[in-house]
Amino acid sequence: MKTCGARPGGPSTDGIDLSKQTVIQGQIIRDGIDDAVPNGTPVSNGHVRLLDATGEFTAEVPTNAEGQFRFFASPGTWTLVVQAPGARVEKRVIASQGKATDTVIHI
Amino acid sequence: MSRETALVTADWVAENLNNPSVVIVEVDEDTALYAQGHIENAITFNWREDLQDGLRRDIISKEGFEALLSKSGISNETTVVLYGGNNNWFAAYAYWYFKLYGHQDVRLLDGGRKRWELDARPFVTAVPTRTATRYVAKEQDLSLRAFRDEVIAAIGVKNIVDVRSPAEFSGELAAPAHLPQEGGQVKGHVPSAKNIPWSKAANEDGTFKSDAELKDIYTTAGVDLGKDTIAYCRIGERSAFSWFVLHELLGVSNVKNYDGSWTEYGSLVGVPVEIGA
Repeated sequence: MKTCGARPGGPSTDGIDLSKQTVIQGQIIRDGIDDAVPNGTPVSNGHVRLLDATGEFTAEVPTNAEGQFRFFASPGTWTLVVQAPGARVEKRVIASQGKATDTVIHI
Repeated sequence: MSRETALVTADWVAENLNNPSVVIVEVDEDTALYAQGHIENAITFNWREDLQDGLRRDIISKEGFEALLSKSGISNETTVVLYGGNNNWFAAYAYWYFKLYGHQDVRLLDGGRKRWELDARPFVTAVPTRTATRYVAKEQDLSLRAFRDEVIAAIGVKNIVDVRSPAEFSGELAAPAHLPQEGGQVKGHVPSAKNIPWSKAANEDGTFKSDAELKDIYTTAGVDLGKDTIAYCRIGERSAFSWFVLHELLGVSNVKNYDGSWTEYGSLVGVPVEIGA
């Protein structure tokens, strides 16, 4: 996957037809000790699970070297569960077709 | 089969990294992961290049399997430990190949690559060199493999277990949500199939649930474990995972993996299809 320079968030959506795909993506960031590094290190050894509106597991991906992940879902409410060594964070997102749902999750 | 003969723990793998009778093999859906880092001394199989026929749509032949294992330095006596990403999906698929071609001692690393990572255990990038062997495979054990005509004949007769996500089963999605939603085939499921997503069998850390929990998942969903069972998914790898749970962990006999799965069934002309939950 391509990196996206200084902009935090998921990988580039170049080449994806967003009129047909419902993309949920983002980046996992580990905050520094005592928040000394507010926008700290990308989590490259994380795993992100996508749960549907009923909490049912739908898919899971590992993060890339930049801590990024991406899902192709359908419009609606979804929950992301981020797991990394010593951390577990949930975040609810609302996905729609036409524009990638991009999120930054701090752990 | 049982948990004791089919699974190993991360601690066991850590203690056997240099055991000459053990070969550790990583099999990932994302074939780039191995190069980024893998368990020390592990080799890798590429599920597309090594495990598919390449010309016809089929798994590799007996001769192809023999050539792959021979060049990988795996002998008929080797204890093979498979692991991979995404809760061992493709490692379970490779496990099914090993059983299909009659390998004696093959195990899955419980939790796969994910549990290893969550435990902050080390990965290396060094690729081991192994001395080639002369592996001799058995003929395919077709008691483990279902073909399309058997699936059609099983509608309303045998247990048919669709292990995809609920959204794929109902016809909302055409593929798992981490893959582009492409494909010309229709969406839906085989009539009379029970939707028991593979993920029900895994804990959040990727390890398998207990035998009692596993049995309960299937029986609660209405699967009569005394009857013949066919498992399918989209391309046969998630159903290999559920086949592993039923046949290898719970020791249920006569469970087949339909590796043609929905990409075949959903493209057949004239077969019945259902949509909805």
